[in-house]
Amino acid sequence: MMTMKNYFRKVYTIFILSVVLSPIFAKSQTIGGGQIHGNFQMDAQYYLKDSLIGAPNVPEKLLMNGFANIIYSNGNFNAGIRFESYQNAMLGFDPRYKGNGIPYRFASYTNDGLQVTVGNFYDQFGSGMVFRTYEERSLGYDNAMDGIHVKYKPYKGIELKGLIGNQRFFFDKGVGIVRGFDGNFFINDIFGLDAMKTKYTIGGSFVSKYQPSSDPVYNLPENVGAYAGRLNITRSGFGIMGEYAYKINDPNASNNMIYKHGEGLFVSTSYSQKGLGVILSAKRIDNMDFRSDRNEVGNVLIINYLPALTKQHAYTLTAMYPYGTQPNGEIGYEGSIMYNIKKDSWLGGSYGTKVSVNYSLANSIDKQKLNDTIAIGTDGTLGYKSDFFKMGDKKYFEDFNIEINRKFSKSIKAILTYAYITYNKDIIEGHPGAPTIFANIVVLDISYKFNTTNTLRMELHSLMAKQDEHDWAMCLLEYTIAPKWFFSVADLYNYDNPDTKRRFHYYNAAFGFTKGTNRFALSYGKQRQGITCVGGVCRQVPASNGISLTITSSF
Amino acid sequence: MKKIGLMLLISMLVMAVYSQDTEKKLAQIPSVDLKTIEGNTFNSSQIENNGKPIIISFWATWCKPCCKELNTIADVYADWQQETGVKLIAVSIDDSRSSDKVKPLANGNSWDFEILLDPNQDFKRAMNVNLVPHMFILNGKKEIVWQHTSFSDGGELEIIDIVRKIIKGEDIK
Repeated sequence: MMTMKNYFRKVYTIFILSVVLSPIFAKSQTIGGGQIHGNFQMDAQYYLKDSLIGAPNVPEKLLMNGFANIIYSNGNFNAGIRFESYQNAMLGFDPRYKGNGIPYRFASYTNDGLQVTVGNFYDQFGSGMVFRTYEERSLGYDNAMDGIHVKYKPYKGIELKGLIGNQRFFFDKGVGIVRGFDGNFFINDIFGLDAMKTKYTIGGSFVSKYQPSSDPVYNLPENVGAYAGRLNITRSGFGIMGEYAYKINDPNASNNMIYKHGEGLFVSTSYSQKGLGVILSAKRIDNMDFRSDRNEVGNVLIINYLPALTKQHAYTLTAMYPYGTQPNGEIGYEGSIMYNIKKDSWLGGSYGTKVSVNYSLANSIDKQKLNDTIAIGTDGTLGYKSDFFKMGDKKYFEDFNIEINRKFSKSIKAILTYAYITYNKDIIEGHPGAPTIFANIVVLDISYKFNTTNTLRMELHSLMAKQDEHDWAMCLLEYTIAPKWFFSVADLYNYDNPDTKRRFHYYNAAFGFTKGTNRFALSYGKQRQGITCVGGVCRQVPASNGISLTITSSF
Repeated sequence: MKKIGLMLLISMLVMAVYSQDTEKKLAQIPSVDLKTIEGNTFNSSQIENNGKPIIISFWATWCKPCCKELNTIADVYADWQQETGVKLIAVSIDDSRSSDKVKPLANGNSWDFEILLDPNQDFKRAMNVNLVPHMFILNGKKEIVWQHTSFSDGGELEIIDIVRKIIKGEDIK
């Protein structure tokens, strides 16, 4: 407990500091024109009882998540804070987000090619396989560093970064210290080959975490290092990039305390020209769960970023079974073709037609026993042997989808989407014994424009599967009055649930108002239990029934 | 940690009060490192359109309304450019999961916009963007005169209206 005297002393110190600091800042304000900006978001939901759909009981009745960022910038100087509030955290968010606090504050300045940031920061090395800190507020994900970050450009085409700090752990910090260096070299700039059509970039990073160990059973490495090298080549419409990462042995709660090293490889190549885009990517991840606390699991204290190599679907039913990366082992690839059929052609119609085809596959990696006596993944051993290029025998996820986007006239537009998704629920959601789901999904999205600002949009969805909760259908109607208003009603219906008592309607009605950067949205309805994923992480959304309000604003 | 945060907050509030005395200025875009589609570093202060208005649109490949907004503008962009000289810069906030899809998608859709990548979302944070799509319109002096989140059909009319007002030197508010 803080005594009254201490409290006043603190307030007094802050007051003096503010008074001393502000004229200095205010002076530079008049000279440099400093600015204060911010944004704000608040989500609140009033929960109604609905034990039928499996909505958990909410004793508080009302739950709220909110945050505000305030950033001061003046020339080469920036400082900011984020206030966060969870009273209490909404359903689906980790309840360890509790109460109010300022978990994020930073100050940074840039001087002659050197940028120094103290406090919290987000950054990534290469594609993020050995280091990436970021925030995804909609998922409650934030692994921000708290420490020192230095970026230096000593010479044209050379970028060096160094950092050290602890990671955010809700309103606290993780125990491990994370240190990293990264170099990025733009070869053409360095050697003055600006005129050369082919551009080369190479980069490398080293990241190490320190966590003391006093484990009575295992002799654990207190320092765990990981490194990565990358190459990027582009030539007009053509591009290829690749990154390889290696992590030394790092027994942790996620890999069942095995002493095997970790590896990651990501290669992507693309070609595009006006009206055509093609991309092919492949990756292999083996034992790459990398955290600043070896005892943690779930979406906390993760140092690296291993995104799913699959299409991120935007419609409710195509996104019903989303894939989540398996950091302990997966091999997969993805290919996409986007083509714009020219207008005034037989296929293209008078406004042109856009077609995009996408395929992705994620499989287990090859895992073989070390010898006859040790089972695969036994703790305290090297775990398993793996043939680098061999696919494992388990399919985790597969998605073939095609999307046709066509404008028929000045007032009618439509998007037709078909997807065939294979979803290994056992692995992805960790439900041993759950059947793999094979789903056929069709979504038709039609919009009709009454005049320049009034539009009615309708989505018709159908998902057919012989597993899990079987068939679903959905209809959504949305009326927008640009640029300020939207109204929508939707019904998601599990019409073929094998349990006839669970053939629920999940209806929803919403309206929103946007003026400038202020946005208000109010909705009422039921939410089915499911998974939301953004980037590499997913969050379980429990079933709920209630009224939600969202306010976002920025200035 | 809380102390420092509180201190910063109070200092900033006091600064804000001081700044009220000075002439109210329109916001400039902050200086943040972005990436070009070729992977080179590009600082946001290098954004330029020779004294003509600039539209900055934050978007992502996985965001339907964003792609709708950019497709809608792409249809009329040539006319807009001819009439007003406006330039649209589409800033993708896609991270490494999808940032390599940006170029094929933009080309596949035949977009003529300048594309920048903000994979670490530094520019997004510095510009206080919460949700995408979020659009800013800058006048000839590169001052932010208008911003808006979300997109619905017909929203493009308001955008070009603002651009026309800037060209004519009319008040936006």
